[in-house]
Amino acid sequence: MLNEKYIKVLYIDLDTEKVRIERRHDLVSYLGGVGIASKLLLENLRPELEPSAPEQPIVFAIGSGAYIFPVLSKTVAMFVSPLTGELGESYAGGRLAMSMLMAGYDALVITGKSKRHSYLTVSSENVNIRDARAMWGLPLTESVRNIRDREHSDGRSAGKRSILCIGPGGENCVDYACVAVDVYRHFGRMGLGACMGGKNLKAIMVYGNRSIPILDQKAYFKAYQNIYKKCTTSGLMAKYHDLGTPVNILPLNKSGGLPTLNLQSGTFEHADAVSGEAFAQKNLVRKLSCSGCPVGCIHIGMYRREFDKGHEYEAISVAYDYELIFALGSFLGVKETDEILAIIEEVEEYGLDAMSVGVCLGWATEALERGLVTIDDTLTDLKFGNAEGYIQAIRYISKRKNEFYHALGKGCRYASGKYGGEDFAMQFAGNEMPGYHTGYGSVVGPAVGARHSHLCNGGYSLDQSMKEFDEDVMVEKLFLEECERCMTNSLVMCLFARKIYDRETILEALRSIGWSITDEDLTEIGKRIYQTKLQIKEALGFKQTEVKLPKRFFETPSMNGVLDEETAYRMIRKYVEKTDALMQESYD
Amino acid sequence: MAKILQPIAMNKCLGCLACMNVCSTVNQKNHSLNKSAIKVRTTGGITSEYIAVVCLGCRDNPACIEACPSAALKKRAGGGVLVDAEQCIGCRKCVPACIVRAINFDEETKKPIICRHCGVCARFCPHDCLQMIESEEAMVHA
Repeated sequence: MLNEKYIKVLYIDLDTEKVRIERRHDLVSYLGGVGIASKLLLENLRPELEPSAPEQPIVFAIGSGAYIFPVLSKTVAMFVSPLTGELGESYAGGRLAMSMLMAGYDALVITGKSKRHSYLTVSSENVNIRDARAMWGLPLTESVRNIRDREHSDGRSAGKRSILCIGPGGENCVDYACVAVDVYRHFGRMGLGACMGGKNLKAIMVYGNRSIPILDQKAYFKAYQNIYKKCTTSGLMAKYHDLGTPVNILPLNKSGGLPTLNLQSGTFEHADAVSGEAFAQKNLVRKLSCSGCPVGCIHIGMYRREFDKGHEYEAISVAYDYELIFALGSFLGVKETDEILAIIEEVEEYGLDAMSVGVCLGWATEALERGLVTIDDTLTDLKFGNAEGYIQAIRYISKRKNEFYHALGKGCRYASGKYGGEDFAMQFAGNEMPGYHTGYGSVVGPAVGARHSHLCNGGYSLDQSMKEFDEDVMVEKLFLEECERCMTNSLVMCLFARKIYDRETILEALRSIGWSITDEDLTEIGKRIYQTKLQIKEALGFKQTEVKLPKRFFETPSMNGVLDEETAYRMIRKYVEKTDALMQESYD
Repeated sequence: MAKILQPIAMNKCLGCLACMNVCSTVNQKNHSLNKSAIKVRTTGGITSEYIAVVCLGCRDNPACIEACPSAALKKRAGGGVLVDAEQCIGCRKCVPACIVRAINFDEETKKPIICRHCGVCARFCPHDCLQMIESEEAMVHA
């Protein structure tokens, strides 16, 4: 906790409607963020129960230095993933980190199930479980509007509240349902929305206005100014503000690393039409920041929708990013920016993870094409490029319309296990693939990453930066980067800022707010956290050596050519030797 | 010539709140959003536009000075007021007197927080939404 020598944890038990606060001095050695969240998940998880059991905890945590330093603007959520059945971890921006700091909690641990449909409010003055029965079934933006009108609606609190909310997908426990944070940002991956739905929890509002004195104003403001200057003038963040993450569409397509048509290809013939440049020209209407970030990478796109005959139109605005354009664009062969935005809007309102749903629909399209399922299952014509069909399917998944959509709502690993087509169900240990087919890094990275995301260890980035491929070097780099990101995610920085926060900058920032900490400490913290994550995975029965990768990763040429399956599995085995060794070390 | 702070281009606002953080840091030695003299907020959720609520720098007869019974508010050269905390009795009469709701009451110190047009927020505005303008050039005059 800022200015204190402990981590302040708020436990909320929805079964008994009781809360308690713990001041945990022992958690300080985990720094904050993902460190404390991992430890709290490990302490509270129930391996003997189903991943979706309401007894399983949801943990939210902010980092040390959250909001008060530029770009330390995210919050981590940890949970047992309904999608993969093991370690669940997801990050979101928006106002949540700031609101939790102002409310006065480093971490929230939520267990149990509310007796009726509810939403939770956490503020610096109170914690309440409130009636949300009338909101159950409402699309996301409508629900958020209701809560905004009801809670701290005096105008003076506007802009300081953070509202987390699920859509119908989360209510119906679709295994990759997301949680929207302040409408435009998300805990997207791994099914946190289903965890909330299973707890009868529609939304969480966090608000705070407490006083937080600055102990050493001179040191703090000096560190703040250095980082602020780097963010705004060094050029390191410029691309995230300018075209935003979609700037990656064209270069990845050119190099053959843009997953297209369910990864039948690494290039998309309509890439120009769905590029960051195209979105900026045709649809971009606004840019926004998460609280505490001067960059402003959130890109809002607008399109005109005809809702009725007779020139009846409305303007729809949604946030877009690279991963959404990949998952709902190139991966599904959708080639118009307006159509992609229309699909994004549907995904938003129903509250699903855009990446997982896109990749699942890619598998479903091919499964229908090959006759593994029929139109009687899909109820709509799932065909590459057919945006309308995909919009229908998103509703069916969210409502768990029939047996097929029920299965598809459990992820493409499950659905392909039931209907066939595992070789082209593009997932890593149950988590649908991200938008990079760049080389061994993009396959081995997520396969071994603690949460099976491209962001665990940045393998896709190694593919692009390593001049010559060497499997041992890559395995070593993946491992070190995973450790390092455990540490940086304990500050919960936006990963876009990873080049700004070098070790020296991190130390200056932490020391200016009272931490006595060394470079060696940071290394040790990273390893301690990674070890904790591996303990969670072990407790939940995960076995790295049993992970089976779909054949298509090794058939469709990547940015670095066709990948050899045996090499990839050998790299995974070498990686496991490293994690086994880490588990023998002592970081308690 | 004295300058005053003007939120002249809020259409460009990203909602990063850097202005509020540096205002409370520099002027109040505190991180709290409530201690910032400038308040950036939305008008209906994050999907709506951002506005800045801050002292407009009234020059001739500031209503807050009129309302103050203890002469704790003094005219500032170029517009706006300065708070003399020693003279302030904590009566809060200045708060409703300001018709743009730019005066914040600090429940901790029991004194009003009013922008003193120091310009630190403008220095840290990444999109130049906030600027220090020559008083004579400013858009609003009371």
